[in-house]
Amino acid sequence: MSEDLSIPGPNSIGLLVKRMRQGDSGMLPVLVGLLLLVIYFQIRNAAFLSSGNLVNLFVQATIFILLGMAEIWLLLLGEIDLSIGITSVLGGAVTVILVDPQFNVSWFLALPAGVLVVTAIGALYGLIVVRLKVPSFIVTLAGFLAFQGVLIYLVDAQGTGGTIPVHEKVLYNLVYGYLTPLWTWILIVAGVAFLGYRMIRMDVSRRSSGLATDPLSFVIGKVALLLAAGIILAMVFNANRGTFVPLSGMPFAIPVDLGVLSFGTLILTKTKAGRYIYAIGGNTEAARRAGVRVERYRLLAFCLAGLTGGVGGLLYVSNLNGVNDGPPSTLTLYAIAAAVIGGTSLFGGRGKMIHAVVGGIIIATIYNGMALLSMSASTQYIVTGVVLLAAVTVDAIARRRSATS
Amino acid sequence: MSTTPESSNPSSSSNGPSGQDGSGAGSEPVLLSLRGISKNFGPVQAIQGVNLDVPVGQVTALIGDNGAGKSVLIKTISGIWEPSGGHIYWKGDEIHVHTPRNATDLGIATVYQDLALCDNLDIVQNMYLGREETKFAMLDEIKMELATNQLLRDLSVSTVKSVRQLVASLSGGQRQAIAVARAVMRESQLVIMDEPTAALGVSQTAQVLQLIRTLSSRGMAVLVISHNLNDVFTVADRIAVMHLGALCSEGPASNYDTASAVELITTGHSSRVPSTLTPSS
Ligand SMILES: Nc1ncnc2c1ncn2[C@@H]1O[C@H](COP(=O)(O)OP(=O)(O)O)[C@@H](O)[C@H]1O
Ligand SMILES: [Mg+2]
Repeated sequence: MSEDLSIPGPNSIGLLVKRMRQGDSGMLPVLVGLLLLVIYFQIRNAAFLSSGNLVNLFVQATIFILLGMAEIWLLLLGEIDLSIGITSVLGGAVTVILVDPQFNVSWFLALPAGVLVVTAIGALYGLIVVRLKVPSFIVTLAGFLAFQGVLIYLVDAQGTGGTIPVHEKVLYNLVYGYLTPLWTWILIVAGVAFLGYRMIRMDVSRRSSGLATDPLSFVIGKVALLLAAGIILAMVFNANRGTFVPLSGMPFAIPVDLGVLSFGTLILTKTKAGRYIYAIGGNTEAARRAGVRVERYRLLAFCLAGLTGGVGGLLYVSNLNGVNDGPPSTLTLYAIAAAVIGGTSLFGGRGKMIHAVVGGIIIATIYNGMALLSMSASTQYIVTGVVLLAAVTVDAIARRRSATS
Repeated sequence: MSTTPESSNPSSSSNGPSGQDGSGAGSEPVLLSLRGISKNFGPVQAIQGVNLDVPVGQVTALIGDNGAGKSVLIKTISGIWEPSGGHIYWKGDEIHVHTPRNATDLGIATVYQDLALCDNLDIVQNMYLGREETKFAMLDEIKMELATNQLLRDLSVSTVKSVRQLVASLSGGQRQAIAVARAVMRESQLVIMDEPTAALGVSQTAQVLQLIRTLSSRGMAVLVISHNLNDVFTVADRIAVMHLGALCSEGPASNYDTASAVELITTGHSSRVPSTLTPSS
């Protein structure tokens, strides 16, 4: 092993500082921001960190997280979807209508059907963008208007006065059903064990191949942090949060989110498809010259965005316990904000699925904390806007510094 | 292989290039032959009627003034676009290179003038872009990183700190070295380099020239574009000169000296160089 090719690293702290100065600050600034928000809300209202409120907050975050992850598929390519808040709800509406007693389709078919609708819309966008070379900004803006019309038509056609309630158990339970405390523990322990095992194994095999690695303390620290987070989460989910009857365990929405997160992260970091999506976002022409079938992977990303958004739509209608013809126009903006606050670039080539989780939790924290303090919707919009601007500015400054150093 | 050779049988290439003798390419077998290649962008005729033979195991230098059409010619060979006219022969068979992938599948590796690297990917990821190693459909990062380390050591590229650093953080010379190393790694039969030394310092230039010699001594054909006549006379076995989109002279490097090369580059003809142009068809 030549000395030239190894990363010099005195210790883990030094390494962390060094990376931050190189502009690879990762998610640390946003996490610090989140911590400050949490401290503020906790001081103003001691109920903020109660397990009941935290579980509530996580469930609120799931929709921002899923739609944010949908956006990340496209943001990585330098594309965007301005309609995901409508198309995902349209998919959810299709599921709600299918499981409605008048059609009485089994959830087993109805849930995938809803997701499929959103995926098909993503594929349609992808075809128009890739084949006809229309900017995704315009295509999805047109889609925003057109599919809003379709949604109004579909919902009103049921003749239930602009809203359709959910009576079906499985769809309802996506958000309102819970794992038992035992299963909550099993799931979290299994997840932590698997991730920890992967991290350690990766480190060991790099070491045994003679490749440069982070210091051992760094890896152990990360695994320990993961374990601590898992234990805290399990305790939060398993504390009794019921007011009249005991209520505890992890809402189903959380494993749904984690499943989509794992799927997306796996594709992006471990497969050729993911590598090509980054490459196309970084330098499309270079990817093409390297033999990457650029059109195919751009189309794939649009489909994956639809797929991810489709799952988000199911959680949305489940959480609302129905669907109406006028979903909030802010849903798409929050999705993009979640991705960008978490650290994904709007200009392509830079981002991770986990960014939507962090960004989504920050947005849900603001949303939830302000409601708890009975602050007005106007304040909530302003604060979210400021946080978004701050996150992007910190990122831009960090990047400029790394480009000039 | 996704290319479309019109005749996979070498004996049926009677309408092809004139073959190993008479084409002026010396004793080495010809790997790539261009006949009457032209390319226009709308009304702009960038290159026209280019005939050129690139022999195996030799370094062919393509020289010419700015805008002479050198980059357009090599992009045509590399599948960036299709020629507006003319024929391309690979080992005697006519081929149609529709995409860059067709070219790489044939064994043509190109180092472009702009290097075509992804700044947001690290060195290993760039080196293997488009041909990643996988294990059970998952990327085999360790294998790729080890091979990259090994290759960079073989090529004496010792200045990069880590092969896991982003290409964005590299200097111009390091980027050039990575782009060349990538072409070498693909074990191609023809390596094309567009101005590989333009952005380099003295010692890095020497390294790249050494690298070019190494490639040709391993039996690869090298087609190198350069502005620097010193580099050309150091490294080239054959020289081809382009002027205003046409190939105006071609022959063994020993036929040329600096003065005649400059004359050809600027005016398109020189009384002191024997005409060795390959006749069209
Ligand atoms: N993509 C393109 N579209 C239109 N014209 C081009 C394009 N690429 C090159 N040209 C033109 O073709 C001519 C030859 O360019 P080029 O091959 O890049 O020159 P050089 O010999 O310096 O590499 C120039 O006049 C240039 O403007
Ligand atoms: Mg050029």
